Amino acid sequence: MRMMIILPFIGIIERETTMNVQKKISLKDRYRILTRGLDWETSYQPMGKVFPDVGFEGIKIRNWDDFNDPFRLTMDAYWRFQAEKERKLYAVLDSFSQNNGQTAITDGRYVNTLKLFLTGISPDEYMAHRGFAHVGRQIPNAGLRISAQMQALDELRHAQTQIHTIGQYNKHFSGLHSFRRMHDRVWYLSVPKSFFDDAVTAGPFEYMVAIGFSFEYVLTNLLFVPFMSGAAYNGDMATVTFGFSAQSDEARHMTLGLEAIKFILEQHEDNVPIVQHWIDKWFWRGYRVLTLVAMMMDFMLPRRIMSWKDAWDIYFNDAGGALFGDLARYGITLPKYVDVPAKEVNRLSTEAWSIFYQYTHAAAFHTWLPTDQEMDWLSASYGPDWDRLYRPRFLHWRQMEKEGHRYYNNALPQLCQVCQIPMAFTEPDDPTRVAFRDTVYRGERYHFCSDGCKNIFDHEPEKYVQAWLPVHQIFQGNCGGASLDQVLDWYGIEKGVDNMDYAGSPDERTWKEWEAMRGRVAG
Amino acid sequence: MSNVSITLHNNDEARGLIAAIQKDNPNSVSHVYPGMVKIDCPDRIVIFRESVELEIGRSWTVNEIHLSLISLAGNVDEDDDYFAIHWNH
Amino acid sequence: MTIDIKTQVIQPKRQTFKHVADRLGGDRAASRYEEATFDLQPDVNFHYRPLWAPQFEQFDRRRTAIVMRDWYDLKDPRQYYYATYNIARARQQEAADSAMEMVERRRLLDVIPADWLETVRFCLLPLRHYEWGANLNNAAITAFGWGAALTAASCFAMGDRLGMAQLLGRIGLLLGGNTETALIAAKTRWVEDPAWQGLRRMVEDSFVTEDIFELFVAQNMAMDAMVLGLVHDHFGAECDRRGATAIPLLLGFAAEWREDNARWVDHVVRVAAAEGPENRALISRWAADWSARAADALAPVATHVLGTAGGARAMEDLGGRFAERMVRLGLA
Ligand SMILES: [Fe+2]
Ligand SMILES: [Fe+2]
Repeated sequence: MRMMIILPFIGIIERETTMNVQKKISLKDRYRILTRGLDWETSYQPMGKVFPDVGFEGIKIRNWDDFNDPFRLTMDAYWRFQAEKERKLYAVLDSFSQNNGQTAITDGRYVNTLKLFLTGISPDEYMAHRGFAHVGRQIPNAGLRISAQMQALDELRHAQTQIHTIGQYNKHFSGLHSFRRMHDRVWYLSVPKSFFDDAVTAGPFEYMVAIGFSFEYVLTNLLFVPFMSGAAYNGDMATVTFGFSAQSDEARHMTLGLEAIKFILEQHEDNVPIVQHWIDKWFWRGYRVLTLVAMMMDFMLPRRIMSWKDAWDIYFNDAGGALFGDLARYGITLPKYVDVPAKEVNRLSTEAWSIFYQYTHAAAFHTWLPTDQEMDWLSASYGPDWDRLYRPRFLHWRQMEKEGHRYYNNALPQLCQVCQIPMAFTEPDDPTRVAFRDTVYRGERYHFCSDGCKNIFDHEPEKYVQAWLPVHQIFQGNCGGASLDQVLDWYGIEKGVDNMDYAGSPDERTWKEWEAMRGRVAG
Repeated sequence: MSNVSITLHNNDEARGLIAAIQKDNPNSVSHVYPGMVKIDCPDRIVIFRESVELEIGRSWTVNEIHLSLISLAGNVDEDDDYFAIHWNH
Repeated sequence: MTIDIKTQVIQPKRQTFKHVADRLGGDRAASRYEEATFDLQPDVNFHYRPLWAPQFEQFDRRRTAIVMRDWYDLKDPRQYYYATYNIARARQQEAADSAMEMVERRRLLDVIPADWLETVRFCLLPLRHYEWGANLNNAAITAFGWGAALTAASCFAMGDRLGMAQLLGRIGLLLGGNTETALIAAKTRWVEDPAWQGLRRMVEDSFVTEDIFELFVAQNMAMDAMVLGLVHDHFGAECDRRGATAIPLLLGFAAEWREDNARWVDHVVRVAAAEGPENRALISRWAADWSARAADALAPVATHVLGTAGGARAMEDLGGRFAERMVRLGLA
């Protein structure tokens, strides 16, 4: 629009107006213009060469523009909100360290959940960061790419804030000092490591379904809520604060995951079976990783929040039901083997904790036997079968400890080729029989803990034969040597400090000193 | 019919937002946990900018919800004047 | 409960993580940047080859011909970790918002002569697609680079370039009277106008550049030196001369960001080149090639904005300064 403006000294000249028509642009339009308008169709280099990774998975996209942006966040708003959250979080961390906040936890044993978290989960946050950077590079749609990029930034945030938060505990407790080294080497940490390696090495669509949807939407509450509520119930204010702060990003991530999967499903009916298999696979893979959470909730928290069983009911059965109801119109059904977790729910945590009790000499956190009171809580949570099947085992081990023959398992366990957990899970319909599955592929036999893991292998044997299995690696001499001491050195585990029972550990001594100090001050 | 839900920080900053949601969604049920409030509602929750502004006595943009949000369940729809969560079935 | 014993001295058993202490040469207090960065990327025992690049490991040093004994030598001199990065940008963005508000409120764009305003639209707005390309390239460095020191900083750069593209987009909205028209025209120029095709071709060529460190040098050092140099130094000065001071004001954040970013880029290049003669030769060649191409590609835009002689002078100036920078960074 042109109009006349009178300016002193210059006289009357013709000016183009810029500001005079003040049309308000809606949030939606502003976002669309500032974001979706950025892309162009490349022509000096073919699009297929610029975005080479979106073709091979067999997903058919008719129109990238159909993607519906979950949150219309521009970078300026992102910086503003995230800076605000970080200012608050680091203020809490600073005061936590000034006030020796680590002394306020319920019991020294609590720190072992943080060891599991920092060695097992935080490095996976980092992997999520790199995985979303890959999606944020590869997807030829500005909206989806930006959401993925923002998540790449967020996941880096989670890794870094977790290191800073738990770093305060590292100054006083064992088992945290070499979390990076351990994550890449220690036998049980290959469970979460192989989970994320699996996702990151998959194509961008599978990654979105695996992490964006299956993990963030379906399972994330089962991971974070137990850890964060566990922290709240056990006096760990630093972890509560980073947990809630990180969760505010999760809401964005969950929504991205849901929009991404709906977009893929709406684009072509041929995508449905591919996505269904990914949902089946990543549900099962995620569920197996959550075994560590189940064990943490039922055995490791000095003050319990709820049982693994309650958590599964609330966060999977209730929330998951509505979600899959929503996806039913695309022909998506509940994941395969969804009934198995319910069958295993009464014993999952017990079977897992039993593994760690037997292999405490090779773990980077401490173990202990449940007290009578804790066993009563377990039987109240899990019913008479728990008393019948598992209480005798713990009582037996307690007796052995008393007699000076604490039970250690010195044989290296066989690991599941897919989830990499030692083969100790029992048959879904018979808790007295250990489950074994196998497949022969190219003349070699591979072993699995479950139908779920076998199903995953059978779909992509060429991928899962590559697995870096900790026990195989020890046998092949790739882990520092053949003796336990050599392997522990190579793991970065300090013998007699990081491993073995809590009773008699330096951690216990530290905690008792603090309690004594508290007694002196109070008395 | 299934519930949608939104989980928010239970702190001073989110107080007005929570009050606005409770008023505008009379069928909602709020659960208070340490540090957070989870609000469930059959099928749909809607948050109106105007209602929040009325509660907090200043202008508020829908984007600011990110500062208080912990989790949600349902599909999101947002515009200048509202933020809604719903299921499609 | 903590209060009881906080007055007592509690001696920490260690100051920092072991991998951090190893790099610091002993267990001493480490900075938050160091704890949040060192060795964060897994580097051994990867489980599976990527389905999308089976010739590589999940993370692979062979993504570039550059060889480093320790990729964590490529630290970020700004020491950004997520919190400090976002807090720094939020502060800058706030200043940018006030600048934009002032330009709007005082109608500072109205005093710009129409023909120059048209030149502003021509020169500035298509560059949001250039920034978007830079975003894509830094996403690639983040996805495929080696070591969290480099890839965390490139992730921040990725966010920055989106921010810069959107800053230009907001300027475009102002220049379009709060409509999309100016930005639509700018995109057409980016895709069709002969003056812009050299730059677009070069950006698209960078997208398919496979060596990840070459991509770093091409985008963050060479192309940026020419493109951002032309915008902030030459075009900005010309705006001042033409009474269009509002434009440099609106670009204030971008200009400040450019210096901040260059500190990081220069440090990375200097350290990588100092590692050995092979690195130096490679980086020197990449820097020389890509900057020469960028100069050629930009010449038509420079001419359009500054005239034939002025454009040539500007490109000569940028080329000369780039050569000096190469010397300063130890490149041949
Ligand atoms: Fe995360
Ligand atoms: Fe398994």
